[in-house]
Amino acid sequence: MSDRDLIATEHDDLGQLFRRALRNRSFLIGLIITLVVIAVAMISFVWTPYDVTKLTIADRLKPPSAHHWFGTDHFGRDIASMIMEGARNSIAVALVAVAIGTVIGVPVGCWAAAKRGAIDEVLMRSSDVVFAFPALLSAVMITAILGPGAINAIIAIGIFNIPVFARVARGAALAIWPREFILAARASGKSQARITLEHILPNIANLLLVQGTIQFSLGILAEAGLSYVGLGAQPPNPSWGRMLSEAQTMMAVAPQMAIAPGVAIIVAVLGLNLLGDGLRDVLDPKLRRER
Amino acid sequence: MFAYAARRLLTVLVTLFAASIIIFAVLQVIPGDPARLMLGINATDDAVANLREQLGLNAPVYARYFNWLADMARGDFGVSYTYSAPVRELVGERIVVSLPLAILALTLSTLVAIPVGIFTAARHGTATDTAAMAATQFGIAIPNFWFALLLVYIFAITLRWVPAGGFPGWEDGVLPGLRALILPAIALALPQAAILSRVTRSALLETMREDYIRTARAKGLPQRRVLWHHALRNALIPVLTIMGLQFAFLLAGTIIIENVFYLPGLGQLVFQAIQRLDLIVVQSVVILLVGAVITVNFFVDLAYAWADPRLRHRTQ
Repeated sequence: MSDRDLIATEHDDLGQLFRRALRNRSFLIGLIITLVVIAVAMISFVWTPYDVTKLTIADRLKPPSAHHWFGTDHFGRDIASMIMEGARNSIAVALVAVAIGTVIGVPVGCWAAAKRGAIDEVLMRSSDVVFAFPALLSAVMITAILGPGAINAIIAIGIFNIPVFARVARGAALAIWPREFILAARASGKSQARITLEHILPNIANLLLVQGTIQFSLGILAEAGLSYVGLGAQPPNPSWGRMLSEAQTMMAVAPQMAIAPGVAIIVAVLGLNLLGDGLRDVLDPKLRRER
Repeated sequence: MFAYAARRLLTVLVTLFAASIIIFAVLQVIPGDPARLMLGINATDDAVANLREQLGLNAPVYARYFNWLADMARGDFGVSYTYSAPVRELVGERIVVSLPLAILALTLSTLVAIPVGIFTAARHGTATDTAAMAATQFGIAIPNFWFALLLVYIFAITLRWVPAGGFPGWEDGVLPGLRALILPAIALALPQAAILSRVTRSALLETMREDYIRTARAKGLPQRRVLWHHALRNALIPVLTIMGLQFAFLLAGTIIIENVFYLPGLGQLVFQAIQRLDLIVVQSVVILLVGAVITVNFFVDLAYAWADPRLRHRTQ
């Protein structure tokens, strides 16, 4: 991050920043899509068109209609209702996995940047080791060991978010430490921890926010993958990945079963990616020209 | 360059060593007794104890770890509990599926991504550029296993051009094998192509702002020549880095796609081994895959340093 960018963000208040963000097409479209997905998930807590635990064999494999917007599955369950409840699961898993990455990774990265030297070297080489593990393979290994389920999927995805946030936080913090206002803070006798809390974190928050949206979207994809192979949320809780896995066996007779969950995943991931791109454009003007 | 390579090699070895400790440690906490699992729930305690002794499961953890390392160094990856076959043989049978699949997917992804990246960079800011970048956003957001299901429905179930799954082997010739791998390769390639085309475009646009490009333009060189002869060569360095990472991902990350297409590859082997608690297969295949990732990254780093001397001086 260059000095000019820092100055740009330091002098913007949140209101100004938000108004500027709303003029960014990516951000606006991404924000709307993400809010719609979150709203759908929230509404599912109080209302869904049908009860997803109720099996109605007489209604099995119905095509989309006014009664069943996306049709029904092989147990006669309403696919639209399952999509709504599945959104809850996807968002919860990905969000908590991002929170795990942030809560552990950011302090580790900031600590490495503040201490430098051997601590920094050990922490960063450790993250190299974690990065050497193909993420999905390891997530499968962790969920298989801990047992399938949403909580273990969160842990498996969250573990891989830790080094990502540690690296981003460290890289961004290293760029802030040599700056003059940090020097002034040090001269006034503030401890490294206090400087990190009061000066470093507010200045790297924007980068962490952008990374958060990226990891959030990757988390939704990873959760869908784990659920697809049977290691994510377990029945009767609907999940988009498991809906696809069930659709696979019915592809020849009811291909519509595979459409809605797939589109739901794409919409959620696309919304977050656009939001992340837009945020990066707004918060880091240097990158705007390149993309 | 030699000093840089030696230093990177040392890092590779340390990373591999640390990864082997993690893999071994993680598999020690796995619930369930592999010996009891192999013999079934009706096995007597004596039989389980005998098998534990036979498998060396009663030795201290550190002894088992170092035995495993020593065996691997000799090329002995142990014998699978469930397949009753040497892991080396199992890996050999599976790699002839996973490696061609990864190569095919990377080839497809590159053949699509590089031209798209160049094309959109050359038309930066136009409607074509915007449309192509919007398409890549979709490409990144599509889960590859969902795309795989659609491909199966269209090309295997409806059009019946290719098989919906399974692998006939290479004994009957290259063509039947390639027909079985083409849909999984396309499914794997799509998101990678989307990412790679965005990287190519960004790298080219970045390079096009360099002073030497401005000089080339000032000399009156046509845009096409500036792009192909000056910008592309330099822009390809980050593109190659991403390709290296993608190859490692494709080799190791096919676990779900192999499930969709019932392909007997490394991903499926390790997935089944995890479910059956066949620890020796899991730890051997995972360390091999991690080794592959680290090795590919090592060569990419070397290529990068060879192409960009600033990098090797900066890390000295």
